[in-house]
Amino acid sequence: MESDPQDGWLLRLSGDWTISAGLPGIEPVERTLDQPVVPARLHIDASGVGRWDSALVRFVMATLEAAAQRDIQVETTGLPEGARRLVEMALAVPERAGARRVASKASFLESVGLAALNTASGGHAAVTFLGECALMFVRFLTGRATFRRVDLWLAIQQCGAEALPIVTIISLLVGLILAFVGAVQLEQFGAEIYVADLVGIAMTREMAAIMTGIALAGRTGAAFAANIGTMQGNEEIDALQTLGISAMDFLVLPRMLALMLMMPLLTIYADAVGILGGWLVGVGMLDISSTAYLQETQAGVGLTNVAIGVAKGTVFGAVVAFAGCLRGLQCGRNAAAVGQAATSAVVTGIVWIIALDAVFAILTNILGI
Amino acid sequence: MAEATPRIAVRNLTLAFGTFVVQRDLDFAVAPDEVFVIMGDSGCGKSTLMRAMIGLLRPAKGDVLYDGQSFWGTSDETRMRLNRRFGTLFQSGALWSSMTLAENVGLPLQQFTGLSPKQVAEIVTLKLALVGLRGFEDYYPSEISGGMRKRAGLARAIALDPDILFLDEPSAGLDPLNSRRLDDLILELRDSMNATVVVVSHELASIFAIADNSVFLCAEAKAAIAHGNPRELVETAESAKVREFLKRGATEVAA
Repeated sequence: MESDPQDGWLLRLSGDWTISAGLPGIEPVERTLDQPVVPARLHIDASGVGRWDSALVRFVMATLEAAAQRDIQVETTGLPEGARRLVEMALAVPERAGARRVASKASFLESVGLAALNTASGGHAAVTFLGECALMFVRFLTGRATFRRVDLWLAIQQCGAEALPIVTIISLLVGLILAFVGAVQLEQFGAEIYVADLVGIAMTREMAAIMTGIALAGRTGAAFAANIGTMQGNEEIDALQTLGISAMDFLVLPRMLALMLMMPLLTIYADAVGILGGWLVGVGMLDISSTAYLQETQAGVGLTNVAIGVAKGTVFGAVVAFAGCLRGLQCGRNAAAVGQAATSAVVTGIVWIIALDAVFAILTNILGI
Repeated sequence: MAEATPRIAVRNLTLAFGTFVVQRDLDFAVAPDEVFVIMGDSGCGKSTLMRAMIGLLRPAKGDVLYDGQSFWGTSDETRMRLNRRFGTLFQSGALWSSMTLAENVGLPLQQFTGLSPKQVAEIVTLKLALVGLRGFEDYYPSEISGGMRKRAGLARAIALDPDILFLDEPSAGLDPLNSRRLDDLILELRDSMNATVVVVSHELASIFAIADNSVFLCAEAKAAIAHGNPRELVETAESAKVREFLKRGATEVAA
């Protein structure tokens, strides 16, 4: 590729230089330039080049760089007109000082520290958000919150009526499963009738609220986070803020109200469907009469259990809305961040549902109910 | 001399959404190495026409020919292959937000060439340098300004050395200096890469700076009402609307 005329070196290029033909390395050029006889100038002669594209330009750029490192001047007049202009264009705008990033790898200690700081700031943000929610409810109760009634109705429809099918399926199956598990054990003692108590109490006190909460965390919490997160990316929340409308009142309040209103109703509905599931097993498999099953349920369950379940459901509804709205408002401004916000809303919601259920268990135990 | 096959020929193209017709019977040709501007008032279907030309929207009627080859009359596979000859810059850049600029520009290279990751990185650096973004490889689209995003989008559009560049409102939303620089860049790229450039625009300064040829779409007539070089159309266009548009609404003293 090279020869040696009197006033410098000549780099002769020939053939087709296209990306589809592959990129030749510039090592041969570097090797020649590293020879003990140091040439002062380098001419590029591309008269033999056929078709060319970025492959040629990139090669010339690399050659220029290699030559610059060795204080060798390069004459590019021998290049095809277009290629020469592209090279000029690529060199026209100098790299902005400080633009390039130096990738730094965090040490173990550093990452532990960063994780701790992140956890702390995350906790701080959650507590702040909780406080803002409290203020929001004060504004709502004193009639000073600005939100559109239609948004509330829409949220009620989305997290209430539209959630019925999934709540039906889940609670019916949970009722069936509880009854099956109970039946196998209780049959050994000839106490099949107590399946009714087992299913009734388990559904009303625990399962209806938890399963509905989890279903809504996946369904509604994720939707809230994605919805608010996308608005964040579109600067829609900034637009609200500049109009002096609180994002809390306008976006969070209707969603949280809707879930807190709908969750108790869905819980009661899930109670009924779960008991129906147990009834199917009791009457269908264990030959308990329909009346006996329902009477046993009535006697066993009692209003306290139902009330505890409904109370839990309301709290879980607030938790799901809290997690969804919090993650949505914290969302970054790109497409991937919206996905992360939705995932994080579901995970946060479910974890807090289970954790709060444990708190409820301890409290009711202390209170003896 | 017989007329050479145009690089792009739009034939009797009717664009519609359902029964709502956007533009009817468009018919024009774009010569190789030409900067062709699609202009018109807001909502006339400029971007829709571009979407039909790059394969995103099937026209209700008619066809687009590339070097005489039918674009909508062929199989999806052939269309995909033709598509790879195009580079497209979308209105807002449409950079993939979860990827760095280097990954954005490198994706087509990675997918459609046999280059090694190191070689891809070298080409990416070159393309970013061409649009004046040297050193910004590791930035995410959300971390750079709107003008830089446009230029990064252009770098992605030229990643595969396309024959035909489609640019949707390249200078919209840029300050006059940056807009001017982008125009220069487009002309420079056209000259050095021998590409044909189709630009959707309604920025007068930019249109006069770059256009060799143009078509003017009218929202009311739902058809093209003028063809030709905009610099000549200012005086010679038959339609008063086109003349007014190109003079920015300045009233004509004598018709």
